[in-house]
Amino acid sequence: MRPATRLVYLCAWLGFALLPWYLTEGMSLTGLDWLAGYPLGKAGSGLALGLAGEARWLLPGGAMLLLAGLAWPRQDEQRAASILIWAGAAGFALFFLQGFAIGLKGQGIPWLASLFGSAGATQRGMGPGAFLTIISLLLMMCHGLAYRGFCRGDVFTTSTIGLLVLLIGLFIFFPVVTILKGAVVDSAGRPDFGAFADRFFDSSIWGLGCLTADVSCGVAWNTLILAVLCGFLTTLFGLASALLILRTGMPGKTMMKALTVLPIITPPFVIGLALILLFGRTGMVSNLLYEWVDVPRSRWIYGLPGVLIAQVLAFAPIAFLVLIGVVQGISPSLEEASQTLGAHRWETFSTITWPLLRPGIANAFLLGFVESMADFGNPLVLGGNFEVLSTKIFFAVVGAAHNEGQAAVLALVLLAFTLGAFWLQHSWLGKKSYTTVTGKGDAGLATPLPRRVSWISTLLVVPWVALTVVIYIIIVIGGFVKSMGRDYTPTLEHFLTGFRIDFSRGMHFEGAAWDSFFTTVKLAAISAPITALIGLLAAYLLKRQTFHGRGALEFSTMLSFAIPGTVLGVAYILAFNVPPIEMTGTGIILVIAFVFRNMPVGVRSGIAGLSQIDKSLDEASATLSARSFTTLWRVVLPLLRPALVAALVYSFVRAMTAVSAVIFLVSAEYNLATAYIVGRVEAGEFGLAIAYSSVLIVVMALGIMLIQFGVGERKLGRRSADTKAAPVAVGGG
Amino acid sequence: MTFIAARKALLAALAGTALIGIGAAKAEGTLVLYCSVQEEWCRPMANEFEKATGIKVAMTRKSSGETYAQIKAEASNPRGDVWWGGTGDPHLQAAEEGLTETYESPKKAELHDWAVKQWAQSKGRTVGIYAGALGFGFNTKQIGSRGVPEPKCWSDLINPKLKDEVQVADPNSSGTSYTMLATLVQLMGEDKAFEYLKALHKNINQYTKSGAAPAKATSLGETTVGITFMHDMVTMVVNGGPVKVVAPCEGTGYEIGSMSIIKGARNMENAKKFYDWALTPEAQKLAEAAKSYQVPSNKNVVPPPQSPKLADIKLIDYDFAKYGSSAERKRLLSKWDNEVKKLPK
Repeated sequence: MRPATRLVYLCAWLGFALLPWYLTEGMSLTGLDWLAGYPLGKAGSGLALGLAGEARWLLPGGAMLLLAGLAWPRQDEQRAASILIWAGAAGFALFFLQGFAIGLKGQGIPWLASLFGSAGATQRGMGPGAFLTIISLLLMMCHGLAYRGFCRGDVFTTSTIGLLVLLIGLFIFFPVVTILKGAVVDSAGRPDFGAFADRFFDSSIWGLGCLTADVSCGVAWNTLILAVLCGFLTTLFGLASALLILRTGMPGKTMMKALTVLPIITPPFVIGLALILLFGRTGMVSNLLYEWVDVPRSRWIYGLPGVLIAQVLAFAPIAFLVLIGVVQGISPSLEEASQTLGAHRWETFSTITWPLLRPGIANAFLLGFVESMADFGNPLVLGGNFEVLSTKIFFAVVGAAHNEGQAAVLALVLLAFTLGAFWLQHSWLGKKSYTTVTGKGDAGLATPLPRRVSWISTLLVVPWVALTVVIYIIIVIGGFVKSMGRDYTPTLEHFLTGFRIDFSRGMHFEGAAWDSFFTTVKLAAISAPITALIGLLAAYLLKRQTFHGRGALEFSTMLSFAIPGTVLGVAYILAFNVPPIEMTGTGIILVIAFVFRNMPVGVRSGIAGLSQIDKSLDEASATLSARSFTTLWRVVLPLLRPALVAALVYSFVRAMTAVSAVIFLVSAEYNLATAYIVGRVEAGEFGLAIAYSSVLIVVMALGIMLIQFGVGERKLGRRSADTKAAPVAVGGG
Repeated sequence: MTFIAARKALLAALAGTALIGIGAAKAEGTLVLYCSVQEEWCRPMANEFEKATGIKVAMTRKSSGETYAQIKAEASNPRGDVWWGGTGDPHLQAAEEGLTETYESPKKAELHDWAVKQWAQSKGRTVGIYAGALGFGFNTKQIGSRGVPEPKCWSDLINPKLKDEVQVADPNSSGTSYTMLATLVQLMGEDKAFEYLKALHKNINQYTKSGAAPAKATSLGETTVGITFMHDMVTMVVNGGPVKVVAPCEGTGYEIGSMSIIKGARNMENAKKFYDWALTPEAQKLAEAAKSYQVPSNKNVVPPPQSPKLADIKLIDYDFAKYGSSAERKRLLSKWDNEVKKLPK
């Protein structure tokens, strides 16, 4: 065995023989009451409980662990590999099977439990010991595969693939399968395909009545139209801003950069509320138009136009974040070459720059499209009678009809759309090369934009920025006046209700919002680095390693993005409320939900970034005999800084602003800001909702600044037009 | 260099924060309360109960539909103890599905008949804690500018002059609106009720998702008329909105806000203590301070002066057992979907 494998083997024993096997109530690092009776009792270790006969079903897995020890002294790697692969896989499987077979009273899988010789036994959810053992067994199997020469014999690569597959299987596939089962069973739980067909082909989903008469179309068409428009417009605005900021001498760049980021750090509902206050029937703009030019007041904002405006405002910045990395990464040398050969600016742009932008554009469109499909807050506030899948699913679950079967069917439709978009994007990009960051000399200056492109971009971006500014003015004012739209008396009342601090007896956080506020910030700060790490690792594997099932893995990383938040939330409750993995009511379930819901952005931005970085850089590193971990850490990661920033920022922000996914997962102890704001909006207290949102905006802005400061910038040759010579070294940092 | 050092320090600090444990909650001497009214009312209920008994309350506020969905999903391993507040239908449905526990409180004798009836119909699984009548409100400024007489009855709402001026929630998503559907069916008979709903459909500008949303929209003038529970409209009036609340002249239905103990509650004793306490006058008086103007179920509580007086409203004899059952609900909702919602405007 190699030293790394020995370490893993010891970890497996640590988990099995020493750590508490089960999840124990009141577990904490400060009080030790919960350890009573150790090594037996509630917090007993797997080995002790197994030998004492309290949990005999743990012993077969333990035997496999013992068996794997045979590989310890072996010099012959091929023999060690066989032992590790088989013992690791068998132990992994046995521990999992016993977990699912034996659960709470009346749960679990009886016939499987009797195979373990323990019919009728019960056990609690897996705890630290169980997880450490199972993961170590998996790693042992992966190490064995590496000994056999999988992934060029690289232990790090096989282990990472193994872990990713396990995590995705556990936290994406398992819950989703649990809920989608609901689509094909009737209320009593029996399979019923007739009911499935009825629900699936219902005219409320696929109806085309709106083409001929004044009725609404099927909810599927609505969603699709909205998402396509949203994807198109967000990409357009994102690209225009990225080009303007990076390729022109436009004034006010810094302000614009800040402004384009504002909408993503805005909690849901707020943009919608501001749009109503502006363009609603009694909104400010509508009032002005009515009084000055006699435009009749109408309710046009409620429906497709309103939702689309709100979504474009909210999601174009995501497209911008993706595209700015891509535009920045385009090597000026190619453009300079084109100009040297006599091409005009426009020719250079349309034949060199534009084609190189394609991966970025495809990714940006995909994100806008999928974001729109999963968006819940804006259709809720502005949808009017324009129904989309995400809200319909939510109300199928929580509404008066409580129709979970319908929810599952709608979720399937939504899933199909998103995956379809993913597939289309894939086939459009094809197998062309978009590499522009190479190890070769690269010291050009970016070509200025052709005039027509900068004009069009300006015409697009300026009104959009103006609207954003107006909306944020409303949000700022909204928190400080009595009732926006009716009573503009200045007041601090809303902030005091939410965020009063009593200093009379030391510092005492009295305001109603503090609890949820602290929880939100803490959970977001924990989940962001995990999300970025997993996302970028996955991107690296998908782009740089070849292994069987890579396409399937890429597909499954996108899956959680395609699943609407509501569905994911309910799925998580159904899947993780009972053993073997029992974690509802904890903060962990929220962190995991955030990580796996936001991971796709890390993956997408990582992939977009990696497509630009020449593989020869990795190969150079490998030739100099660096292991793949070293290459990843010293060469690839520094070049991926924009992607890392995007992933960190995105996951931090989304953790703070997620609604539909978490509304079922919040508990008394772990309540979140957005769930609180939803309650305020429901109660019609827009003032407090807006005040709370503006506090969140400030906090998120600070968070983003910290992230940018913490990660630093990528230094790529001489890319900016100023003459300060930056070092040409590529692996800086 | 200092920049890099600072960055490293920052990363280390972040990693440190991430290591702070987030474990499972302690479950002794506590009560997990699922609350389905507004935050302002949930919060004092939890605090005052803590003060009165010393039991620590962990409270989660969610709408009644969300809470029902959660209790159902958690059924095999319940997390909550008591479900307090929210319209009666989901409570009755939870009772029908055996998700909640039977309990007879010693305070039952102090309750109004309608609250006890709710208890009896659910075979002891849920009890009434407040009642609110269905009605509508109109924006006084908008109605004036439109030259329409002030509506007083259900029949006034199908006036063609109010085209696109009435707002109500979608009964598929909102218990409020389902109460309207069931009320009209009981008031007019099913056929006439659906005729009426089809006529009303032409005047509806939006079927909202949330039941109380039309109240806010009426107050802001985004719609002229909003159909909601009357106490939701009263809150808008108290907050200074140009709104007038109407109890329809033909008569109207009502909701019974309910409370249930969750089956398999981990803190059953505390759950019963809360149940008894929530039915006392002291607990029910907390509503008024929270700007909630429902009628309390304890006979000894004087309803807030702003509350719509149930005695002045022509209330129908609402059949909660029939219209709260899942079969009847499914039938009415799918009939409404097919015969009303799909109609062109």
